[in-house]
Amino acid sequence: MGALGIILAGGGTKHSKMGELATKRAVAAMPIAGSYRSIDFSLSNMTNSHIQRVAVLTQDNARSLNEHLSSSKWWNFGRKQGGLYVFTPTRTVENSEWYRGTADSIAQNLEFIKDSHEPYVVIASGDCVYKMDYNKVLEYHIAKKADITVVCKDFSEEENVERYGCVKIDEDGRISEFEEKPVKAFSHTISCGIYIIRRRQLVEMIEKAAEENRYDFVNDILIRYKDLKRIYAYRTLDYWKNISTVQDYYDTNMDFLKPEIRNYFFRQYPDIYSKIDDLPPAKYNVGVQVRNSLISSGSIINGEVENSVIFKKVFVGNNCTIKNSIILNDVYIGDNTHIENCIVESRDTIRANSFHKGEDGIKIVVEKNERYVI
Amino acid sequence: MIKKEMIAMLLAGGQGSRLGVLTRKVAKPAVSFGGKYRIIDFPLSNCIDSGVDTVGVLTQYQPLRLNTHIGIGIPWDLDRNIGGVTVLPPYEKSANSEWYTGTANAIYQNIDYMESFNPDYVLILSGDHIYKMDYEVMLDFHKANNAEVTLAVMPVPLEEAKRFGIVITDENRKIVEFEEKPEQPRSNLASMGIYIFNWKTLKEALIAKAEQPALDFGKHVIPYCHENQAPIYAYEYNGYWKDVGTLHSYWEANMELIDIVPEFNLYEEYWKIYTKSDALPPQYISANSIVERSLIGEGASVYGKVYNSIIGCNVEIGEGTVIRDSIIMNETVIKNNCELNKTIVAENAVISDDVKTGIGEEADNETDPHIYNHGLVCIGEHTTVPAGVTIGKNTVVFGETDVSDYPDDLLASGKSLIKEGEKAWEHWV
Repeated sequence: MGALGIILAGGGTKHSKMGELATKRAVAAMPIAGSYRSIDFSLSNMTNSHIQRVAVLTQDNARSLNEHLSSSKWWNFGRKQGGLYVFTPTRTVENSEWYRGTADSIAQNLEFIKDSHEPYVVIASGDCVYKMDYNKVLEYHIAKKADITVVCKDFSEEENVERYGCVKIDEDGRISEFEEKPVKAFSHTISCGIYIIRRRQLVEMIEKAAEENRYDFVNDILIRYKDLKRIYAYRTLDYWKNISTVQDYYDTNMDFLKPEIRNYFFRQYPDIYSKIDDLPPAKYNVGVQVRNSLISSGSIINGEVENSVIFKKVFVGNNCTIKNSIILNDVYIGDNTHIENCIVESRDTIRANSFHKGEDGIKIVVEKNERYVI
Repeated sequence: MIKKEMIAMLLAGGQGSRLGVLTRKVAKPAVSFGGKYRIIDFPLSNCIDSGVDTVGVLTQYQPLRLNTHIGIGIPWDLDRNIGGVTVLPPYEKSANSEWYTGTANAIYQNIDYMESFNPDYVLILSGDHIYKMDYEVMLDFHKANNAEVTLAVMPVPLEEAKRFGIVITDENRKIVEFEEKPEQPRSNLASMGIYIFNWKTLKEALIAKAEQPALDFGKHVIPYCHENQAPIYAYEYNGYWKDVGTLHSYWEANMELIDIVPEFNLYEEYWKIYTKSDALPPQYISANSIVERSLIGEGASVYGKVYNSIIGCNVEIGEGTVIRDSIIMNETVIKNNCELNKTIVAENAVISDDVKTGIGEEADNETDPHIYNHGLVCIGEHTTVPAGVTIGKNTVVFGETDVSDYPDDLLASGKSLIKEGEKAWEHWV
């Protein structure tokens, strides 16, 4: 595919809707479905669409993300030509700013884009869970002679679209109206934050925006140019979820308990790739009861687990009950503990005989106790 | 200049015929173990964990699976600019082309490979044991004693000592005598087939004994060194070590992993075991299933009941199926309402609905009683078992079988059903 990939993975602390979960890591590094991180989906889509040169732009809480991306071989980006690049803001003689917005993050790395030779650029965000062949979007982009193509999805009338960018699309597919996070939505078609644009067009627009001290890709490029440039919407009908709130994050993980979702992501071509952790198989001891749950490698289960997603290297003690919960990586749960409607933060140690229950909504459990065992 | 202090040579060419149909299409080191590993992962991981970053893997019998597994050594961090892992198959020469005729002959034919690293020491390993060992500690022992050859040995019960090569040492652990499978063992220290040689000593011995047919370390090279007064020491190892050479010991070693705190613990943080694995999703355990005392690999889906078993990656276990004391290897599908007892099912097999295995009275296997015993059922890779049949104990099934192969829907205890279907090659394209 003649395209360069850019993954916007900047969001971290500013995403207060993710609560305590975002204080530790960029949203792009949020663990998903037991063995993945949310950026794996965009990265895998890029490699599966034969994009060979990908830049990940990140700044907040990047340690966890950097650790995950420490080797590019898992996504097949370990190449002599092209590969995976992670760009955080750097201080130079001309610039000492952080990324002030999505467009600014691209502007600060414009040399990378200028030095590339691919005719097109695919811009995606690192906090969405989906499978997409960007080649199809590019075909559409070319057929429509569009300047920018935005991947969009129709939400049902009941769904709240306040958090998204809403678009109105004419008969031809061109975006006639675009509003970011509308108070009163004029449509239920939202932007998925995935864009295709000709590389030179992007360079030109980003340079212009930078000159005018405009930093946001949606407001200062898409919305500002919508009448001047041909901005088209590519409608996707497939599964697409953004994980910018705790409820979304919880629901997205729980979606993977459904056989059709697992089948779509894990059994159908193409695959989703992730970093390999060299963990042993999951172990089930005597008296274990596990029902309708996902259990990841390296875990040791002793208690009862129901309707839950257990991430890697989790230890569940004797006589525990885990219900409707998400237990993130490397959590130790002491004996006789009850956890219900919770998300347990990674590397937590839950003392024996604890009780955690989300009463109205999801409770985020963060407990930093000393761990003596194992 | 290239220089490595110690390089390892890993013997992985053996068939392992006592594993029956499990090694029909793959060499023994490539047989699955413990849900997601292959046997060769243990010595390979020991190498990298011990800081040995140059490993020659000698292959000969059915090397395809082994080659794809090892690749360029990425899972073990053995993809190196200098050194790393190299697969060394037998090759044609201008004169005297031959297969690897013995363990030491295989090493002899690769003198050039070893020479290219200019090593001080060469570690000889075999690819069919399950253990964790720090070869660096063994090397320290070797150096401290100014040994020219060091053998790793382990104490075994005296009554079992007659199955092993036994060494007799003085008080300083210097070996004074060897006994191969002695009737009346005078010591309980058994050789584990792990040797450290000074490169000079090894090279000299290999060249001197080059004409010996089926040149073997235990039978020829080490006795030769001993005759020439080379100081040979015994390094005693006291951890877990298992030769998975027979079907029963293979089954037993797998079952031992299930214990609450197994003697051989895969969950230790230091001394990790690495393997080639795809990025696989977590396993799914359905609402009606029961899983107890088992290890289950990534990507598996369990809808039935699993007790006391090892389940590999991407295995599917259907509704109503009960699996006990069994080993199910990667990618195998067990359909609905089956009952499997003490059964080893190799990779990519399909067991159709309502199949029962390990049923009935014990009876010795008719063709290979020394392989298929202890009541085990062995089902080979890419094997299909048709719906509704019952399979007895000490049995073996291999190939795409259909109902006509099972008179009265039964394969009685002790029977062997091996079918080389015409389509068998298709799996290997």
